[in-house]
Amino acid sequence: MSTSASSGRGFAVLYTLLFFAFLFGPLLIMTATAFNSSSFPRITPWECFTTEWFGVLIGNDRLMQGLATSILIGVGVVAISVPVGLAGALALSEISPRLRPALYTILITPVLIPGVVLGISTIVFWGKLGRTLWGPTSTFFLNGIFLTIAGQVAFISAYAMLIFSARLQRFDPTLTEAALDLGASPGQAFRKVLLPFLRPAIGSAAFLTLLASFENYNTTVFTILADNTFTTALASKIRFGTDPSLSALAVIIIALTLIGAITHEAYARRREAMLGGPAARSALYSNPLGRIVVHPATICALLVAMAGMAVWKGSQYDASACKTRIIEEKRAIQERLLEEQRRRLRQQSVPQAPAQPATPPAAANPSPFGGAFGNVAPGGSAPQPAPAQPPANNPSPFGGAFQHLGPGAVPAPATPSAPPPPSPPPAANPSPFGGAFQNIAPPP
Amino acid sequence: MSTRDVTLDHVTIRFGFHTAVNNALLNIEGGEFFSFLGPSGCGKTTLLRCISGFIEPTEGRVLIGGKDMKRVGPNKRPTALIFQNLALFPLMSVADNIAFPLEVRGVGRKERRKRADELLELIALPGVGDKKVYELSGGQRQRVAIARALAVEPDILLLDEPLSALDLKLRQHMRTELRAIQERVGLTFIYITHDQGEALTMSDRVAVMNAGVIEQIDDPVTIYEKPRTPFVASFVGETNAIPGKAVSQSGFDVALDTPLGRLVGRSAGGRQFGAGQEAILFIRPEQLTLDPGGRIAATVVKEEFEGNLRHLFLESGGIALRLSRVGGGSELMPPGSSVKISFDTGRSSVMPAHGS
Amino acid sequence: MERAKQILEDFTSRHGLGVALYIGASVFLWVVFLIVLPQVTMIDYSFRHNLPPSQTGGPEDVHTLANYKYFLFNALDVGVLIKTVLAAAFVTFLDILICYPIAFILAHSATGVAARLMVLGLIVPFWINEILRAFAFRVIFGATGLINGIGIGMGLWDTPIDFIRADVALYSSLTYSYILLMVFPIYNAVEALDRNQIEAARDMGAPWWRVHWRIVLPVAKPGIASGATIVFMLTAGALAAPQIIGGPSNLWFTQLIYQWFNEASNWPRGSAYATILLVTCLAFVLLLMKIFRVPIGAIGR
Repeated sequence: MSTSASSGRGFAVLYTLLFFAFLFGPLLIMTATAFNSSSFPRITPWECFTTEWFGVLIGNDRLMQGLATSILIGVGVVAISVPVGLAGALALSEISPRLRPALYTILITPVLIPGVVLGISTIVFWGKLGRTLWGPTSTFFLNGIFLTIAGQVAFISAYAMLIFSARLQRFDPTLTEAALDLGASPGQAFRKVLLPFLRPAIGSAAFLTLLASFENYNTTVFTILADNTFTTALASKIRFGTDPSLSALAVIIIALTLIGAITHEAYARRREAMLGGPAARSALYSNPLGRIVVHPATICALLVAMAGMAVWKGSQYDASACKTRIIEEKRAIQERLLEEQRRRLRQQSVPQAPAQPATPPAAANPSPFGGAFGNVAPGGSAPQPAPAQPPANNPSPFGGAFQHLGPGAVPAPATPSAPPPPSPPPAANPSPFGGAFQNIAPPP
Repeated sequence: MSTRDVTLDHVTIRFGFHTAVNNALLNIEGGEFFSFLGPSGCGKTTLLRCISGFIEPTEGRVLIGGKDMKRVGPNKRPTALIFQNLALFPLMSVADNIAFPLEVRGVGRKERRKRADELLELIALPGVGDKKVYELSGGQRQRVAIARALAVEPDILLLDEPLSALDLKLRQHMRTELRAIQERVGLTFIYITHDQGEALTMSDRVAVMNAGVIEQIDDPVTIYEKPRTPFVASFVGETNAIPGKAVSQSGFDVALDTPLGRLVGRSAGGRQFGAGQEAILFIRPEQLTLDPGGRIAATVVKEEFEGNLRHLFLESGGIALRLSRVGGGSELMPPGSSVKISFDTGRSSVMPAHGS
Repeated sequence: MERAKQILEDFTSRHGLGVALYIGASVFLWVVFLIVLPQVTMIDYSFRHNLPPSQTGGPEDVHTLANYKYFLFNALDVGVLIKTVLAAAFVTFLDILICYPIAFILAHSATGVAARLMVLGLIVPFWINEILRAFAFRVIFGATGLINGIGIGMGLWDTPIDFIRADVALYSSLTYSYILLMVFPIYNAVEALDRNQIEAARDMGAPWWRVHWRIVLPVAKPGIASGATIVFMLTAGALAAPQIIGGPSNLWFTQLIYQWFNEASNWPRGSAYATILLVTCLAFVLLLMKIFRVPIGAIGR
């Protein structure tokens, strides 16, 4: 039995490692691409180490505006869904056991319903309500921020409710009775006995709801109408063209998460040590100096300081020398290839290849999806540039939408890809380039 | 009538089809230490919560100090309840717990603290005001709960099996403590328990309850010596129950034909028995005596030694009997020996076999 | 309504009038204005024509099945729905396979620090926005991405494999996204299992797969059902990942809905499609629960 037990253990360890490699792999890759100066996020080939993408990220107006909107919405959602969730949890705990499952199911429903359905039902309802109250052309409720808050609160309150319910279950109801018996009014009993007990839950509910509101996309993309939140701005940015500033964003989020996680871990360890009594504490905690060092606030401050220094150092770093070098190298390669091509053309008397623009590698390889383009280089004998060195301009991989682009219509380097094609019948052409709502006033 | 009187006027409490308290009728006098004694589920906790104000009676009235307490909430009644689990507020310090009733009445912080310290002195726990509740021992928490209840300055203190969670030694110690506090402060104590030892040692009067019905209300000695229903006779203390048929009755003495022969017992509650009526004669083990000239013949089943007491298990006429005596140095009686026993008629109780 | 009054009275006596009103009003507004009415309106909308504002409320504003008929007779769209459901089921199944061992290991093998680290390791990737997650997979699976780079570099293949068109990228991304939501319900269910039972079974000579099949899985079933429901609903209703990383010729049903709203401005038809999605997902989940004999009440986080 011991061999199978140890092989079982070996399997467990191996599987765990593989699993977390799978889990963290994409994150590590993204982190690495954030520092590569090539304009498409990649690790190979590695051009230059740079921190410029962070600057690009912050300079993106739409994204930053979306961030502001997200924060505004987040605050609104927290302010509403925490009290509403608490009310729901209280209602559930007090209601008769026969009615409880029914109420629970109703309140939990928005969590199960697909986010898109929530978003749609929100705009449909409030639009109709506005029109019913104020006439058929009213757009009274059709404000992106209001609708997004409404749509999000519908299900985020349920998250808050779950947190409060869990905490409430551990509440001893005789405590309220004792308070009443000792002369407190019901309101006082609620304020002085129940609410203090719930306080830790309020904190975690507020935190969770803020996070849930911030990162929501499915519902928000419908309710935000013409505005943008951080996530919708992010999504449309990705669809229009990717560059490593997105990886930079990922790095920031990962860094924040790690700081938060480590601080939380320090906090949890400290609670454990404090509550366990002097005997359970390690040497570190018994020493007052050691206690200060591992205090979560210290650790947080340390981490933030480290991050701050990294940011400052990073902003000082100048990658221009390296980039100039790269550009020189690329130009040299292009020159070489051009020479070769000219040589070959001179050798062949028949002009097989049509007029190639001055940047042949670009024309021959406008998109990484070699297979998607039927009409890339007519004649097929276009020179085969090394695919391992795609040019700096790399249009979005959504090759399918670019069918009408001929070889000559290659976009200039480093511009975002061409605007989306005209809107075809929805069912036939899957154009993901929907963009935000163009026209707000909907039919009934 | 003082403000500390409690009157239950035909109080019945029903939950759906279940009757928890059936037609309770009694009057508790101010300053009395009054106990409700009964097994689990007999309705004593329900009655207590009704007096506190958490439950409204389905029928009847609860009067405190002569006033009908209908629709008066627990926070407005001059009562304070000590819960079985004490219900001390875990997030507050000891002093804050004790001062809570003052806090909700708007008393200022300094005044509150002063009062809390006074009460801590009263319960002999000076200086623990700033500790958290979980730092105290069981007995200490018990006293803090009492102090908190006293801070309300109630007329009536209600205690819900407060000693059941404590170990034996502490329980006995607290019995004396509670009685001392009650005498010192002069409040009405209404105490519920299933432990007859507590009820008998501490109370001025005891109400024995069974299945929602109050079977007897008397002082402890009377409850013990003169039980009036079969339940009281058997629940409080040990007893021997001898079934028989009434033959004749003169005054309060009833002659019964029993499997042990013709016995004469005292009618409980002054009842009259008709000839041929089925009845039970109750006699306590310590009131049976080994009497060579006695009229009842019995065989020894075994004898148990319990320190200062010896319990003799006998069988006579198919009925199992117990006889308890304070032991001497003699050896235990062997099983199978024949003995003769007798008892004092005045110490026995005869009750009808069915109902009361 | 007598019942409601009774409930309100109870609340009031327990917590005071102010609190009772707050609870009553909040729950009422939440349920009616944020949950019930919007859904009802949407469903009602789906049965109407796409009329310009001036004609609403007029004689032309009648109920109709036109939107649903359009869907049913549109083979492409029906195909998309079926494909979405099957793909979501596939992804859910993959997630179950991947997450069950981890949940089990977390519940029974990992101790102390290791367990806490694992929990941290599960939570951190989840905090990365779902959009960035999809983006990450695009980076990895793109023609110039990591996998193609490695494959070509190692000489395994010559031309970049179109992972995106083959939906591999999308499925990987979706499987990755909801791992946390699958692990924790299973973990909760399995944690309650007494370790001694597993020991006893092993002692009796049962091979590991039988131990799991007969002892662990029955206990884990409600957790698996819970996790599978959540993951399925989220996957079928995913929008960001298909938009960012879905292939050009393959479509996710949510994208159809998005198009009806955004490009065709046909809200009623979009509502119809949304309703179809909702009903299909619910029906699928209920069907699976029936098949695997899991009671509805088991869905609880």
